[in-house]
Amino acid sequence: MSVSKNGMVFNEPLLFELKSRGKAGMDLPETEIPLLDGTGLLAAQHLRGAVAIPSLSEPEVVRHFTRLSQWNYSVDGGFYPLGSCTMKYNPKLNEAAAAIEGFASAHPYAPYGCNQGLKRLLYELEQDLAEISGMDAVSLHPAAGSHGELLGMMLVVAYHKDRGDHKRTRVLIPDSAHGTNPSSASIVNLEAVTLPSGPNGLIDLATLDQMMDDTVAGIMITNPNTCGLFESQIKEVCDLVHARGGLVYFDGANMNALVGVARPGDMGADVLHFNTHKTFSTPHGGGGPGAGPIGVKSILAPYLPKPILVERRGQVQMDYNRPKSIGKVRSFYGNLGVLIRAWTYIKTLGASGLREMTQSAVTNANYLKARLKDHFDVPFVEQRSMHEVLLTDKKQQEAHVSTMDLAKGLIERGFHPPTVYFPLVVSGAMLIEPTETENKETLDQFADTLIELAGLDHETLAAYPKMTPVGRVDEVGAARKPILTYQG
Amino acid sequence: MEVRGDLKYTEEHEWLQLEGDKVTLGITDFAQDKLGDVVFVELPEVGTILEAGEAIGNIESVKAVSEIFCPVAGEVIEVNKQLEEEPDLVNTSPYEDGWIVKIKVDRSDFADAELMNDEEYQNHCAAE
Repeated sequence: MSVSKNGMVFNEPLLFELKSRGKAGMDLPETEIPLLDGTGLLAAQHLRGAVAIPSLSEPEVVRHFTRLSQWNYSVDGGFYPLGSCTMKYNPKLNEAAAAIEGFASAHPYAPYGCNQGLKRLLYELEQDLAEISGMDAVSLHPAAGSHGELLGMMLVVAYHKDRGDHKRTRVLIPDSAHGTNPSSASIVNLEAVTLPSGPNGLIDLATLDQMMDDTVAGIMITNPNTCGLFESQIKEVCDLVHARGGLVYFDGANMNALVGVARPGDMGADVLHFNTHKTFSTPHGGGGPGAGPIGVKSILAPYLPKPILVERRGQVQMDYNRPKSIGKVRSFYGNLGVLIRAWTYIKTLGASGLREMTQSAVTNANYLKARLKDHFDVPFVEQRSMHEVLLTDKKQQEAHVSTMDLAKGLIERGFHPPTVYFPLVVSGAMLIEPTETENKETLDQFADTLIELAGLDHETLAAYPKMTPVGRVDEVGAARKPILTYQG
Repeated sequence: MEVRGDLKYTEEHEWLQLEGDKVTLGITDFAQDKLGDVVFVELPEVGTILEAGEAIGNIESVKAVSEIFCPVAGEVIEVNKQLEEEPDLVNTSPYEDGWIVKIKVDRSDFADAELMNDEEYQNHCAAE
């Protein structure tokens, strides 16, 4: 059975295309302030003529955006196996907690000593994240995972600078690392140097040994890496980097494979960030408010943004007396609404629940791998996958069926496609991350669908998707000749 | 896959052609096929002084963004402006109209650079 939406599919024009000339959407009262003619107030070149702003009524606008929102695909609507993104279900209890009056209307300028409940929650969240990751201190300030990553690298820079070690200007980044790592390194003026992985898809100690010298500030590791593989020599990697004076940045993007089972701090990480929207079921922002807390070992704690939360005489207080702090990276104390949701998730599951979450996520990925491995090329098939499984289109290439064809076919069958053509180190990649959310029926339905699609010919697949409001778009044309403004 | 006998090749799939002290550089047929439809080519400024092995620009395809490397030191003397309007030339004509930059080099630097001939490059691609 297909889970695809059908029935009332609206053909939605742009607001500009709705008939609006000569209509008035609002009836505004006469103003008591006299209207002025703009001429003479501004030089002629700063005056513009009539602007074609649509003139629509409230229900027209509401319907337009409501209809568009119904085109969205969300994890509340169906399976969303977007690899490396951990699109897990966000329990509605999180929303109830964040809406509690005392949290929702807390004011950051409340008098000294107020907001104790909220501060206690944040303090507990810091301690829980420290315990989960094996780090000594946690900062909740960063407003997104990328922000946390940047802050982490700022701390690495602050550490070396504070020690007077100015020659460390480079960062090693394995080619299987998370895609944002090189940009975070560049923004703090470190040169991102690619560390090629070995034939088994893991960091090669001999290559690391050659490249790790006293110009290297540290290494940025994603573990499990973006091929879904656990870096089995992670301890040796961290020891080698530490022995040569570097620090280990640990990308928390794939924490959903580790929580309750293994701790980056124990592996040798000096700093890591958490993606609360991945691991701890806060909404994937799409540019909205997010949270990317970071955890550090004690050697980096003096540089954390201020204030930090401390407990004194039974009260949680903010400590601004941090002489080595890099300063502030975010107003007040981060995006609290998101942090409340993360706290709720952690407290709902508890220690054993979090461990079970991880085990289910890994089991689900390996179940999909077992269902799909006879039908698709699975790179590094002999190694166990962690929370996601990597396939390629190699077996389908003879029939001219590509990863892109399969992705479009999945849309036609009502599934969000997996991450495609990433990681870059694997040609024609499909990175599938089911998360712990899904049951066996959904996983089977997805596997059956993917196997069925792989048996179709290129012509059939090239016509997909047909049942969506917009069919197959010309992605090449859109990228080569983008039209960025409404053309009338 | 087309490989031409009169060109030299790099491990990163650039081709180079030396005429006098002028090198023309582009990406190979193998590379354009792997990248898929090229949608944007970021070119260097004319006059840029390059160190050997330096990145000179980026090629963006629907799948990925890749850096273009120049294995020889020199000065950029001409860039293929046509690629700004028609990046697909890299796909349709990688060895002719899809050339990327021309660089003035020292001939001895070119001779010292670690480049492959057509046969070696073909083996290199087969191993990938």
